Amino acid sequence: MSKELSCQSSFSSNQLELSLAGTLNLYTLVTFQNEIEKYLVNLTTLHLNLDGLLSLDTASAIYINSLKQLCDDKKIDFLLTCKDEKLLKTLDTVHVMHLDLEMLVYKEPSFLYKLGENFVLRMKKFSEFLHFFGQISYGFFYLLKHLKSFRYKEVFFEINENAIKAFAIVAVTSFLVGVVTAYQSSVQLKIYGANIFIVDMLGISIFRELAPLLTAIVIAGRSGSSFTAQIGAMKITEELDAMHTMGFDPMRFLVLPRIIALMLMMPLLIFVSDIAGVLGGMLVAKLDLGISVSLFLDRLNEVVAAKHFFVGIAKGPFFAFLIASIGIFRGLMVRDDTQSIGTNTTKSVVESIFSVIVCDAVFSIIFTNLGI
Amino acid sequence: MKKIIEVKDLYTQFDNKIVHAGLNFHINEGEIYGILGPSGCGKSTVLREMVMLQEFKQGSINILGHDISDISYDEAQELRKNWGVLFQGGALFSSLTLYENIALPLLEYTKLDKNLISEIVAYKIDIVGLKAQDAYLYPSQISGGMKKKAALARALALDPKLLFLDEPTSGLDPISAREFDRLILKLRELLNLSVVMVSHDLKSIYDTLDRAAVIDNKIITAEGKIEEIIVMENPFIQTFFKAEI
Repeated sequence: MSKELSCQSSFSSNQLELSLAGTLNLYTLVTFQNEIEKYLVNLTTLHLNLDGLLSLDTASAIYINSLKQLCDDKKIDFLLTCKDEKLLKTLDTVHVMHLDLEMLVYKEPSFLYKLGENFVLRMKKFSEFLHFFGQISYGFFYLLKHLKSFRYKEVFFEINENAIKAFAIVAVTSFLVGVVTAYQSSVQLKIYGANIFIVDMLGISIFRELAPLLTAIVIAGRSGSSFTAQIGAMKITEELDAMHTMGFDPMRFLVLPRIIALMLMMPLLIFVSDIAGVLGGMLVAKLDLGISVSLFLDRLNEVVAAKHFFVGIAKGPFFAFLIASIGIFRGLMVRDDTQSIGTNTTKSVVESIFSVIVCDAVFSIIFTNLGI
Repeated sequence: MKKIIEVKDLYTQFDNKIVHAGLNFHINEGEIYGILGPSGCGKSTVLREMVMLQEFKQGSINILGHDISDISYDEAQELRKNWGVLFQGGALFSSLTLYENIALPLLEYTKLDKNLISEIVAYKIDIVGLKAQDAYLYPSQISGGMKKKAALARALALDPKLLFLDEPTSGLDPISAREFDRLILKLRELLNLSVVMVSHDLKSIYDTLDRAAVIDNKIITAEGKIEEIIVMENPFIQTFFKAEI
């Protein structure tokens, strides 16, 4: 069967006769369309000869029918010759319908409308988050009352997934940041001959701020996103609904184990980050500033009070709570389409890093005022 | 009659589990062919193998004159335009409206203008029994049955010669299911369509199928016209076809 369409036209005194041969389908239809449109302007008679046609699909049938309508509207005589019963039947069965194309055009709302809509949506999301926060608190107290229903297995699984497997990347990141900070400051310190102060600087900045923040950022990127994607996918496949109907409260099975696991392990992750960061700084101090390891440690012990270390560690559970709860909340916000997994995952990571930084700022104000 | 699909000595294995141990059957042009069998016998797997979603271990499948175990990328792309596939859950693109779902293959593969495409889409929406205003809804806003109809409209978008249906009537109410059967018969007549379907719906099997293959215990236990299959002595066939309709 020929895949091509041949289109023979003879045009004289505003009368067009078109003979089609071959296959008329979605792909060859354009040739036919173009041929007709060349003459359509001042036509009085259009004669279509389909005798040579081998096959006709519904798309072409729709076009021929709408052409007929167009001719009727423009008072053009329309003649159709076709001997093939089958083709005629196809032409008969399709009917032209019109969809309102206007409805497909997206109308841009005004700036004020968008502003208001955005504000309302955000407020709604925030109140939903508060609701979720309430659910978590309720779940937590319920758990304390019914310790037997605590899902140890899930918690340990999450500890392994989200903390133990993250030790290496947290350590490497912190080590490199330790190296970079030390290296940059050593240049300045050397000018004043204040080499030894590298220890004070590194000790306080790493223990108090850098290690907790860095750990939180790595964990937000690693676990926060995975919580959102996992729970979002479970929502789309109706797994969450299935759990509900079977009496497996997702709060108890999915939400709390993740939050608890991360809150338990975050201090430990920060501790690892402390060690790695100081090691990085120590390496630069030795190579670049000629401060030996024993001197470095002596000085660290002398000038950096233990409170700095504990302040850093104490931030861990708070950061962990923010990351885990935002990640899970975003997962629960996923609606029934695949795109919303993507947007919610992005939002989850951005929002958790942002909230961790805000939380850190609040902490630093509180601690300064308390004199810690 | 011209053979449109020919499956020869098809052998499928997942890890250590043998799913098919040598399937042989063919489907003629213009036929509605059923693949039947108990749950887990690999009906959907054969269908997935035929539409090149899954590889098989041995044997050959020839579709519309192409041997799909030895096919170039371009040939495969060309072949894919000649068939439509209806998945069990519809598998509509969730970020697009029904209109966009159905128009997508037309926009991608043809050079037709927007107005004609919208007319084609409207026609497809109409023949599968949806209403014009449904076109602007997203898949998450419609019921399971509507999703199925919309997915059929998408499968028919390019006027394929060959239609693969994976449990087309499952999840439809009985009235829509019968409508669907009639629709398939009508489409076959209209478009000279050949249909391959996996089905569990007895009524639909009796009403629509010309021939069928029953897969049981890794092989084809029966093949041919439905009337010939029903009378065969086979535990699955006996229990399956004895069920009250």
